[in-house]
Amino acid sequence: MLQASLIIARRDFSAILFSRSFFFFLLGPLFPLIIGVVAGSVSNKVESAAARPVLGLAMTASDAKAMIAAGKALEGGLGNAAPEMTIIRSVSPGEKIDAAQVLKEQRGNIAAMLTGSPRAPLLTGTEGQIAQWRGPVSLIAAQALGNGPQTFPEVALASTATSTASERTGRMRTAQAGQTLLFLLTMMLAGMVLSNLVEEKANKIIEVLAAAVPMDAVFFGKLFAMLAVSFVGIAVWGSVFGGAAMLSGQSLSMFVTPAVGWPLFIALGVTYFAMAYLLLGSVFLTIGSMASTVREVQTLSMPVTMSQLVVFFFASFAAAQQGSMLAFAAEAFPLSSPFAMLARAAQDGAVMPHLLALGWQAVWVALFVRYGAKLFRSRVMKSGPASVKPKRSLFARLARDSGSPAATHAG
Amino acid sequence: MPHPMKMELGQWQTAGNAPLIAERGDRTLAIEAKGLVKRFDGFTAVDGVDLEVPEGAIYGVLGPNGAGKTTTLRMLLGIIDPDAGLRRVLGSERPHEVAHAIGYLPEERGLYPSMKAYEAIAFVGALRGLPLTEGRIRGRALLEEHGLGYAADRQIRQLSKGMAQQVQLLACLVHEPRLVIFDEPFSGLDALNQGKLERMMRALAERGTTVIFSTHVIAHAERLCDSVAIIAGGKVPFAGPVDLARDRIRPQVRLETRRDDGLWRGAIPADARRERKADGSAFWYFPLPESGIEPLLRALIEGDAGILSLSIERAGLHDAFVAIAGEAAARALEENAEEPGR
Repeated sequence: MLQASLIIARRDFSAILFSRSFFFFLLGPLFPLIIGVVAGSVSNKVESAAARPVLGLAMTASDAKAMIAAGKALEGGLGNAAPEMTIIRSVSPGEKIDAAQVLKEQRGNIAAMLTGSPRAPLLTGTEGQIAQWRGPVSLIAAQALGNGPQTFPEVALASTATSTASERTGRMRTAQAGQTLLFLLTMMLAGMVLSNLVEEKANKIIEVLAAAVPMDAVFFGKLFAMLAVSFVGIAVWGSVFGGAAMLSGQSLSMFVTPAVGWPLFIALGVTYFAMAYLLLGSVFLTIGSMASTVREVQTLSMPVTMSQLVVFFFASFAAAQQGSMLAFAAEAFPLSSPFAMLARAAQDGAVMPHLLALGWQAVWVALFVRYGAKLFRSRVMKSGPASVKPKRSLFARLARDSGSPAATHAG
Repeated sequence: MPHPMKMELGQWQTAGNAPLIAERGDRTLAIEAKGLVKRFDGFTAVDGVDLEVPEGAIYGVLGPNGAGKTTTLRMLLGIIDPDAGLRRVLGSERPHEVAHAIGYLPEERGLYPSMKAYEAIAFVGALRGLPLTEGRIRGRALLEEHGLGYAADRQIRQLSKGMAQQVQLLACLVHEPRLVIFDEPFSGLDALNQGKLERMMRALAERGTTVIFSTHVIAHAERLCDSVAIIAGGKVPFAGPVDLARDRIRPQVRLETRRDDGLWRGAIPADARRERKADGSAFWYFPLPESGIEPLLRALIEGDAGILSLSIERAGLHDAFVAIAGEAAARALEENAEEPGR
């Protein structure tokens, strides 16, 4: 079957590569790029909401409670300047703790640590963050002491090179950049995959293919060909953007290093792109194969694009909530899995989940192709008297068993 | 359509109780199908088809549009799977496993329009396991051999419809298959190319290749086939040698007598058709009596009927088709055959 797939892939690859439409295919990314920028800004808003920095408290239980109560009391006056506070650790009176170490160990969105007591608070965090919170913390501490606004305790500052929150926010940006790039690349292929089998049906060569090789091999061949074409496109666009970035002095350093490191992140990015393409491609190929004309394919393009966007937004939203059930759902749902897992690679250094995810996705690719090929054979490669097969719309054909105009009406 | 072939007396046999599937004898079967069933949307397109095609035979599948011919062929090729029944093609129950030994010309012809003729042949060969480089060499050679060498480097879209059909025909033979299946191969071909195709099919069979083709035109089957399957309404009321199909109906007696009446009239069946001539002689047409020709001859001679001519005409395949599949199927077949391009 592999040999047959490669023969079909080779034919499709050279047919596309040496066609005029390939030029337009190369121009394709310009359009989704614009959408990507818009989508990116939406995602940024999601990120800022989901990743609001939190001030961790490591004080005695009574001091911590007093601080939180004071913070709530001042919430109306301070507005957004009031830090959200959470108790990280309750300490005994006189107990010394390494706030910088505690901050480093935090997995949540803790941007700074407040230790000591309301009378002598110590704020530990990145320089920018502690400078931002110094005033509000002093006010809250005064409120907690019941001193009133005239007497503000002095807030001691201890700056750290980074914090969980700043690193997390940076990695979040890397994750989103990766997801957006993945989305753009898969999106530009959708239209071509949809119309892939229309050519065979219009040329009536589909029966020659179906008689010679299993339909699964035809589907895989077509998917591999488009994947190879997309890699050519990526190479072209990668060179263009890479060259432009180098000329303008930009580099990957503008992004925070992903948790798995750049080399593995890039490798995973390429692999997840292939998986995302194969997963979405196999679904779209099946849907497109039910269409008989280019017009029907055009009709399908909009809902298909919208469904891609839904998958992207789902994965993007889940990326901001690592460790949650939603994130797990995005990682497990086959169509969003590559996007969600790439985001995970940016934020979590564990490698094993990626191996599991790739295996999981590969299983789904095989299932989608198998089911798509079966559906195609049973719905499209049928024959019989025209009178017994009422013509239905494409959607009706997809929704239920029905006849296809592409089927030959012969004896 | 009476068959002109005259038989020697006593050679014919009634075959009313003949088995529907011909005896296979010692010949290896290229195709064996038992009880194939295929349903689409609740409609049974093929309903229990049995076929046995010996290796090296030219086998015709006859039936009007919608009879189930294409569906049956597609099941044999593995394009679709039967809902019930068994199929064995070249010894395998999975036709794709022996795809390298099968050639197929679908009813709806099609090749990639941008491909050059010789590349199109090589591509189809490659799908069937022939290396591309070898396919290209053979593709050019085949085109040359069939007078299309000048078109080898032309794209399919630059060829006429007839030429493109010939290219596709060559494409399904490039890997030298043991079994070729043609679905309506004569449709769209002019008389000259139909003759050419008939010769090609005979040549293939002489080389030992099994040839199966479906057709609306009984004359092609009658000229070419060793055996036929008659399909009507998704069923196969007859499958076997062409001679056996003809023998399913009695031969017709055509008698010319000097006189049109006499004592001998009692020997002629009551339902015989008579045409009187001005000179008093008459033509008689009737099915050969079950008692045979000898009692009739004796009565004619002893009664001095004055036999001017006597012939027993064996039924043609068309008559056999009518008798087996019914008048409605025969009419549908004729209408299909008269359609333009058919």
